[in-house]
Amino acid sequence: MAELISYREAVAHALAQEMERDSSVYLIGEDVAAAGGVFKTTPGLLERFGPRRVRDTPISEEAIVGAVMGAAMNGLRPVAEIMFSDFLATCWDLIANQVAKTRYMTDGQVTLPLVIRTANGAGVRFGAQHSQSLENWAMAVPGLKVVAPSTPRDVIGLLAASIRDPDPVIFFEHKGLFATRGPVPAGELVGELGKASVLREGSDVTILALAAMVPRALAAADELAGRGIDATVVDVRCLVPLDMQTILDAVAATGRVYTVEENPRLCGWGAEVVSIIAEEAFYDLDQPMVRITTDHVPLPSADILEDAAVPSVERILTTVEKTLE
Amino acid sequence: MSTEKGAGAGTVSGIDIRLDIYRLMLEARSFEHYAYQMFLEGLVKGTSHLATGQEAIAAGFAAAMRSSDLTFCTYRGHIHTLLRGTPPGPLMAELLGRATGVCGGKGGSMHLTWAPAGAMGSYAIVGAHLPIAAGAAWAAQERETGQVSVCFFGDGATNIGAFHEALNMAVVWNLPVVFVCENNQYMEYTPISDVTAVEHPAADRACAYGLEGILADGNDPDEMFDVATAAIEKARSGDGPSLIEALTYRHGGHSRADPGAYRPDEEVEMWKARDPIPMYRERLMEDGVPESQLIGIEESVEAAMGAAVDEARSAPFPSVSSIATQVWADGGSRWRN
Repeated sequence: MAELISYREAVAHALAQEMERDSSVYLIGEDVAAAGGVFKTTPGLLERFGPRRVRDTPISEEAIVGAVMGAAMNGLRPVAEIMFSDFLATCWDLIANQVAKTRYMTDGQVTLPLVIRTANGAGVRFGAQHSQSLENWAMAVPGLKVVAPSTPRDVIGLLAASIRDPDPVIFFEHKGLFATRGPVPAGELVGELGKASVLREGSDVTILALAAMVPRALAAADELAGRGIDATVVDVRCLVPLDMQTILDAVAATGRVYTVEENPRLCGWGAEVVSIIAEEAFYDLDQPMVRITTDHVPLPSADILEDAAVPSVERILTTVEKTLE
Repeated sequence: MSTEKGAGAGTVSGIDIRLDIYRLMLEARSFEHYAYQMFLEGLVKGTSHLATGQEAIAAGFAAAMRSSDLTFCTYRGHIHTLLRGTPPGPLMAELLGRATGVCGGKGGSMHLTWAPAGAMGSYAIVGAHLPIAAGAAWAAQERETGQVSVCFFGDGATNIGAFHEALNMAVVWNLPVVFVCENNQYMEYTPISDVTAVEHPAADRACAYGLEGILADGNDPDEMFDVATAAIEKARSGDGPSLIEALTYRHGGHSRADPGAYRPDEEVEMWKARDPIPMYRERLMEDGVPESQLIGIEESVEAAMGAAVDEARSAPFPSVSSIATQVWADGGSRWRN
């Protein structure tokens, strides 16, 4: 019997599942312990696993990432929380230059089984420095795995898989999805990195989406069905490793591709995906591929502006209808 | 303990340890000599940052550390890596970009790691490794391994944020880590005193983190060994981190591209007169070590380093296929299916 839980609750659920299983799993970050996280994604973990394994840090993002990196090279499987993904900029040296490259630069002498969890995305009107979708920053750096789930079930399965993975994983939790609920089966849940999920199969168009854009793509697909357009919706879920096979299969079946990306236009994850499709499946296409993205602007704060900047169900609908050949 | 001893200060260390420190300093000096020679021949690629003149710090610490302890150092880290017990042939081969290099040619002069000896990396972004060293110490604390993490960095690192973040967290978490500032007086080309708010860039900041300000003579091997031993024992016994500032001087410029012309001649001469190796040789003889014994050590080091150079020179180049290995723990670099 599946239980209905929130995306927010799924984070603590996954952490507890893994900390219970493996005593080398630790959690550190700003306000993660006594306060249970500023987004209340980690409540109860301090009480359950104690102050050594669930630990508050100072506001020192470089020290947080350095701590999990050094600990991972010396026998722990630590999880760090960076409160907002925007703050990755304050510790990007540690992530992009140190964590990502150390295994390669040491020719495999050093293994870094660590996870950096971070709250990502728009929808809460926090403005340009607390609302960005930055999966593409991480995707651009060799040596980082990049995960961005859209459902409570995937939060549990993919966070568990990330913690068990021997490589560094940047795990993007979407702020706009924290309150959403979904079914989660009883018992241990472990997903697989690098597997996209086909949520809906149709014969006319393929819509590729990530994180908070997934429910919008699904809602748009339902509406399109009523207008006689049958859509496949793929939740990409994981940008590195990237499940191109599932995407290419969907493209072959429909011949029409739309990406729905919350990141600003330039160099978003969809740009890489459509370039691979163009190289490898050009003759499967019946029309030009279309990227639906946030405008190439810093995100504004006012609700009416933020909503207009980020792809909406309405924008997906009108774009598909306008461009469908 | 706030120390500022001059050269020639006494020591209580046993003669075996002191001869070991002498040998370690010679290995470091000889390694850097050959690295420089092979750089001039065009065999060492990219850049290199030599620590000639600064050997007493790395040697004093290496002699004071246990084999399970961990070293984190900087791009000026050939000698810190070597003195933990990294085999010199593969270390030199890494500088030459060879397949037998400690990192298979993927690291180079600025990125040397030899994990089997606890040499956990030389880090080329100033200050980045202080929090990493603290993190390794955190794991040692949690796993109760008894390891101590020793982190070497230059005076320039004391003005970067990661220095302050790492020190604060190491103290708050009472971590078994020793931070060692090798103050060689120059950031790169700029005197550190021109750009720093306090006279002693590390020692004067220690009080901000509730630590003792420890200022040591980084050209005195005995003093370095004593300071290292005290800090490592403190960390190992659960009494937390230390911050040590060791005053020293590099004989050459910042990197291979820098002749160091910005330094006054008399300053260079003053420090060269305080070269730790001849100073220590003289002191050991004054303390009764026969010169023949020292010559024996010198000859054996020279032979070992000469052999390492020969080994590196004749080593094969990496296979181009190795480009795509060891991004991930499965040994490969695959990012899609």
